Parts: sequence; structure tokens; C-alpha cells
Amino acid sequence: MIKHEGLKEEFNYVTKPDEQEHIEGLFASGDMLMQEIAYNLITGQNDQVGILVKKALDEDYAANIVLDDGLIAGMAIVGVKFRDNIIFVPEVLISARAMKAGMEHIEPILSASGIEPVGTVIMGTVKGDLHDIGKNLCIMMLRGGGFSVHDLGVDTKPDDFIDAVMEHGAAIVGMSALLTTTMPNMGTTIEAFEDAGMREEVKIMVGGAPVTQEFADEMGADAYGANAIDCVQKAKDFSTTKNGT
Amino acid sequence: MSFIDRINSPGTLLSDGATGTFLQTRGLEPGGCPELMNVEKEDAVIEMAQGYFDSGSDFVLTNTFGGSPFMLKKYGYEKKTHEFNKAGAELAKSVCPKDKFVFGSIGPTGEFIKPLGNVSEDEMSDGFKRQINGLLEGGVDGIIFETQMAIEELVLGIKTTKSITNLPIIGSMVFDKGPRGFFTMMGVTPEQASAEIYNAGADIVATNCGNGSEIMSELSKELISHSKLPVMIQSNAGIPKIVKGKVIYDEKPDFMTKNYKKIIDYGASIIGGCCGTTFEHIKRFRKFLNEND
Repeated sequence: MIKHEGLKEEFNYVTKPDEQEHIEGLFASGDMLMQEIAYNLITGQNDQVGILVKKALDEDYAANIVLDDGLIAGMAIVGVKFRDNIIFVPEVLISARAMKAGMEHIEPILSASGIEPVGTVIMGTVKGDLHDIGKNLCIMMLRGGGFSVHDLGVDTKPDDFIDAVMEHGAAIVGMSALLTTTMPNMGTTIEAFEDAGMREEVKIMVGGAPVTQEFADEMGADAYGANAIDCVQKAKDFSTTKNGT
Repeated sequence: MSFIDRINSPGTLLSDGATGTFLQTRGLEPGGCPELMNVEKEDAVIEMAQGYFDSGSDFVLTNTFGGSPFMLKKYGYEKKTHEFNKAGAELAKSVCPKDKFVFGSIGPTGEFIKPLGNVSEDEMSDGFKRQINGLLEGGVDGIIFETQMAIEELVLGIKTTKSITNLPIIGSMVFDKGPRGFFTMMGVTPEQASAEIYNAGADIVATNCGNGSEIMSELSKELISHSKLPVMIQSNAGIPKIVKGKVIYDEKPDFMTKNYKKIIDYGASIIGGCCGTTFEHIKRFRKFLNEND
């Protein structure tokens, strides 16, 4: 139940019934501190998020609870607002920075306690392309969605994707391109996975301004993410399929 | 007649078509540095400007879209900023007929201004100065900021230009059509763009890239309705598609001309092409303007 006044206002931006139900579910515990964290994340108060997360951990909240009920729940509203043109790249970057401020306290505890991430994703901008704003947004949102993400940066050669999949045992690869000239390198990378006999082991998703569903299909990608929210959704779809649930 | 006099005279002006699309046919590698061709493949860059002038362009844009020191740094050419921009301007000017013009193209720096990004206003302004000084030394007749997404960056660019030169300035942003209408990636509306480009002291409000000509005609109607300044529209030849592993833009000259007819009826002062448009497109637009304008 959402009790925090500011958060209630933010929740008004969620207008689709299924999303309302889902996001209300994330705040079901009704914990005021978690809602305060979520609210500060949505409004991009990164110092405040860091302070509140630390406070929660000091008060013996479990790290995964703070992550799920505070940060991820807040990010869910950020995602909806971004998709619906209520906010844009600057606001998302600022919320992502707040997320990071919170994660700095949570991550060490999670990794020490051995809690498994939702999934592991290898992300990179394809060979020849130096653009990374979209990719970085996706990474922020994926981490906000509970994924462990390995960022290969820009100008990523097909072999680097393959090596990273082997090194981290990742089941998901995400490729980004901004330039129409470098888009075909997504196809080249998919072929490289085929040549390496690893195509069946990974789900490959693609995105970037000029990329379309049609283009993704043509290249043989497993999914197309229209935006950072969609990217997280596609990665989640892969993870549930993989677990057979 | 000066560029501004031409704009204020009756009739629609025609700019050029795509740069990258052409240079790829002359050896530009995917992801390669197009501005390097200004000093290594001068023939190709001249051929492009000549081709657009011959096709009927009233002005062409220099091959310096990625010529900001911030972008060139990614290729290791930051120190070549002045040289690449000057060369780009000189090449286009070398084939520019007497009554036509060359505009120095400035694309996004790829950086965000602090606190959102890591670059201060002063640093970004210095970067603009370096690029603009190269273009001015090469002899451009005006400056165009293209494919801009952040209004802070565009306004800073316009103001920096005005601090150096009195040449005409075009401010052009790229808009996407989302669930709530047209916005740039950074959340700028056509209305806000028109107002801020005007307030910053530019001479032309413009939009380029991002859309095919159908969406562009819808966008131009909105942009023109808000703008106190003359408006310029440069559409892509559609949204890129992949056919047999190759990227193609499939809007034919006739199809785009139909939409440009609407765009001119809405009141655009300048038309031209962005990604995927060729000499053939510009020739067709010229023919249309000659017959109808």
C-alpha cells in the first residue's frame, strides 16, 4: 500500500491497470522508509537515496528487501514515466545516479551473502560504433531490475562478446548501435556466435535508435528492445523461459 | 545577394542531401571518421559538394558534422579539429558557384553539460570555438547546428557562434514522435526549440533526421506554427531497413516530393534531405521547386 504522499503523486503517472497492480504490489509492505527511498530515487535525490539506504541497512533491513521494495520499486515508476514521455533521458540519468548511490551500500552485502542475481547480461555497443548513452541507460535499468550486467563499452568486437559470455557464464547478450552503418555488425556478431557453436547458449537482444523489430528479425536476434524499459522486460522474459517457469 | 536576403525573398531554398550515405559509397568504413576524408580523400568530398550543387542545391553543408574536438577525440584526432574543419569548408567552397552558399555543419558533441554530464559550459564553448574557427577560416557562409537533442548545448553553440561571427546561423534539432507527441531525446518540444533557438539569436529554426518524410510533414506543421523565424526541414529518406545485410532507405524522390509539397504549403522556407537522400532526391526537389514555387 502506498502511504508516502510524494510517492502517491508519482504513482498517478502509472495509468495502465496491469501496471498499477504490479507496481502497487511492489509497495505492498507499506513500509514508509522503503517508500521514502523509492520517492527519492524517482525524484533523483542521489545523496538522499544513499543516506536512506544506509539508514535502512543500519536498522537491519535485509539488503534484498531494500533493493526490491525501495530501489527497484522506485525504478519501476521511473520506467513507466520514461516510456510515456513524462520524463526523458536527463531525468532517467539522474535517477540512475541515485540508484547507483543506493547500490553502493547494497552490493557488497548481496555479493557476500551469495544472493543470485535475476540473470547475467553482457552489454556492448557493436564494433565501429562509439555511442553509448542508450546502452548505458539500458544497463542502469537492467541493474535496477536485479540483473548482473557486464559492460563491454563501445566498439565491441564479436569475439569480445563471445569471450565475455564464456567468462561470466552469461545467458543474455545485449547489443546496441546508433549508426545505420554499424547496425549490420549486430548480424556479424550473431554469426560469430553461430560459428563458435554458442548460438544456442545465449539469448541475444538488440536495440538503438535506428534498430527496428523487422531489423532484429532479419538478423536473427531473439528480441528487440524499443527502449530501456523494454530491454529489461525482454531480459526478464528470457530469464523466465530459461528457468521453465 | 546574401543568404538572409535570399531567405527573405519569395521562393523556397534547397539545401543538400545526405553526407554519410554518399561518403560510404566512396570508401567510408562503417564507424569510420568521416572528417578524416577532408584531408585524405578530398576528391570524394569535392565530388559530393559538386554533385549537390549540380543537382540544384542552393547551399551545401560541409563534411564536418562530427568535427567537434569531443567527437574527434574518440578517433584520436582531437588535435586535428582546426585542420579537418578548415579543410572541409575549403573543399565545399572550392566548387561553390557565386550565387550559392556553404554552411559549416556542427553535429552534437556527444557530451552532456555539467551537472548531467562531465563537461563544463566553458569547455563545451571552447570546443565549439575551435570547430567554428576552422570552418570560418575555410570560408563558410554560415553555421548550422544539426541533429541536436539538448537545448542547452544548442543554445550555447548559437551564442558561441554569435560571439565570433555575424554569419547566419541555423539551429536544427531531431525529434521523435512518442506517446505524447514530438520530443527530442532530452525532452525538448518543437515549441520550446523554436522559442529558445530564436532567443539565442539564430536566424533559422530547423529539424533534421530521425524521421521519414510523412512524420516529418506532421512535425514541420507543428514546428512552423510555433516559429517566429523561417523554418528549414531535412527529412531522412524513410527509416533505415535491412535488405540482404545492407542498410537501405527506401523513400523514393517522388514519394518524398509529395510530402515536401505539404511541408512547403505549411510554410517551410528551406527544404533538403538527411540520411539516405541522394543527388536524385535533390534533383527531383529542384524540379518540383522550379515548377511550383
